[in-house]
Amino acid sequence: MADKIILEITRYSPEQDVEPRFESYEVPVYKEWVVLDALNYIKDKVDGSLTYRWSCRMGICGSCGMMVNGEPKLTCATFLSAYARNGNKVRVEPLRYFPVVRDLVTELSDFLVKLRNVKPWLIRKDEPPLSQGEFLQTPEQLDRYKQFSMCINCTLCYAACPVVGLDPVFVGPAAIALAQRYNMDSRDQGADERMAVLAHPEGIWGCTFVGECTRVCPKHVDPAGAIQQYKLMAVLDWVKSFIMPRGHTSKDVRSEPRND
Amino acid sequence: MSAVNRETIKTTAVYTEFHPRWYRERVSVYWWLGQWQYLKFILRELSSVPVAIFVVITLFQLRALLSGPAAYARFEHWLRTPGAIVLNVISFFFVLLHTITWFNLAPRAMAIRMRGKRLPDLLVAAPNYALWLVVSVVVAWFILR
Amino acid sequence: MKRQSNEAFFWMLFSAGGVVAALLIPGHLFLFGVAFPLGWIQPPTYEHLLALVRLPVTRIYLFVLCSLPLFHWAHRFRYTLYDGLQVKHLNEVIFSLCYGGAVVGTVVAGYLLWNIA
Repeated sequence: MADKIILEITRYSPEQDVEPRFESYEVPVYKEWVVLDALNYIKDKVDGSLTYRWSCRMGICGSCGMMVNGEPKLTCATFLSAYARNGNKVRVEPLRYFPVVRDLVTELSDFLVKLRNVKPWLIRKDEPPLSQGEFLQTPEQLDRYKQFSMCINCTLCYAACPVVGLDPVFVGPAAIALAQRYNMDSRDQGADERMAVLAHPEGIWGCTFVGECTRVCPKHVDPAGAIQQYKLMAVLDWVKSFIMPRGHTSKDVRSEPRND
Repeated sequence: MSAVNRETIKTTAVYTEFHPRWYRERVSVYWWLGQWQYLKFILRELSSVPVAIFVVITLFQLRALLSGPAAYARFEHWLRTPGAIVLNVISFFFVLLHTITWFNLAPRAMAIRMRGKRLPDLLVAAPNYALWLVVSVVVAWFILR
Repeated sequence: MKRQSNEAFFWMLFSAGGVVAALLIPGHLFLFGVAFPLGWIQPPTYEHLLALVRLPVTRIYLFVLCSLPLFHWAHRFRYTLYDGLQVKHLNEVIFSLCYGGAVVGTVVAGYLLWNIA
């Protein structure tokens, strides 16, 4: 294994550049180093102006997502040695399909708005009194949504999904997976409210099951599976709305005034 | 306003002191050539075209059946031309691609649970393949009898 | 605003068509498109096929075989055009051509199968 590797990193300074450019840095390779270690080495010793996000460095905060050789990856979970072995260069770019603020930092507001719109919290129609105690859940009930609750909002799936790039209004894999996490939670009563937000062409129907989101997810959430399951639920809901139009309580919350 | 001022406004139009100029890349029309996984996806989606072609050919076949033995013989003759054979062989591979990808992806859309645990994908895909085999044999038997 | 868009209906048709296409079309295409023309298997006679098609159950089977896969194509091709060629602004035109084509095919299939004497 080589003891040095070249990193080609996107540099973009909004004050000076119109377009991003690449700069190459030579970095030592240690067996246990990940790409994030290389970035930190560059910022500490070579070029302090390199800008990027990171935090926990252990794959749980979701901050350090970047494109490494064209693949969306958590840089704290991508070992340098895999690239050094083949004598390859490592190309580090900001996550695809998001606006770039500076260097490797992307603008995430669009994702956060979409996430908030799907109401990723427990919605109750009736609040039982405190005297009734806490909500109880069996292991089987937990198993129904646990996989989707593993999402760390790293937005690697957004960088992998071509529909996110092609259709700016598409809600996106993580948001739908998180909506499904709450829909499947036995304590939640808000499925119809979320259905009104998601079951329209800019919601789940934009998804064509490419499957890339599931492939790149570092926490094995399987957002593609969540979306297809949600489509089935939406079909059942649509059929029910024809058979029992009055018994159906799904209301369109998009027409409600926002109070923020 | 002088020409110099207009120039300055044009280049700084999207950048103000407190809002940086974001860089947004346009997605190319050839995005699907950029990655092998994307190309595989587009091929899978294009498999719907040979499906439609098969239906159109079948409609011609039905019309030939309706029109008598001579018309049907002409249809069979057309099926034997090299162009038709190439079209149908290529279509056959695409239709197979459709079937295999369809059965392999179906388990992800259906979270079937038994005794509290989700069934593994293979266990949901396998009955689909078995059904496919049985149905194909039954249909072939009716046609070849 | 609509309570829920009608996309769910079209996706349902797409799924049903996909299942029919996956189960039935490979066998049919292999026999009629490859094996019979290439002489690998002796093709059935005109009389046998006509007798088969005359049965009501075969007519229903063939109607399903010819109509649902067309709706599967319509939905899938529509999205391939949106994503592949980025022509979403031609939404109405693409929608009409795709589903219009599927409806035309279905009507033709119905007419032919009704009239096979």
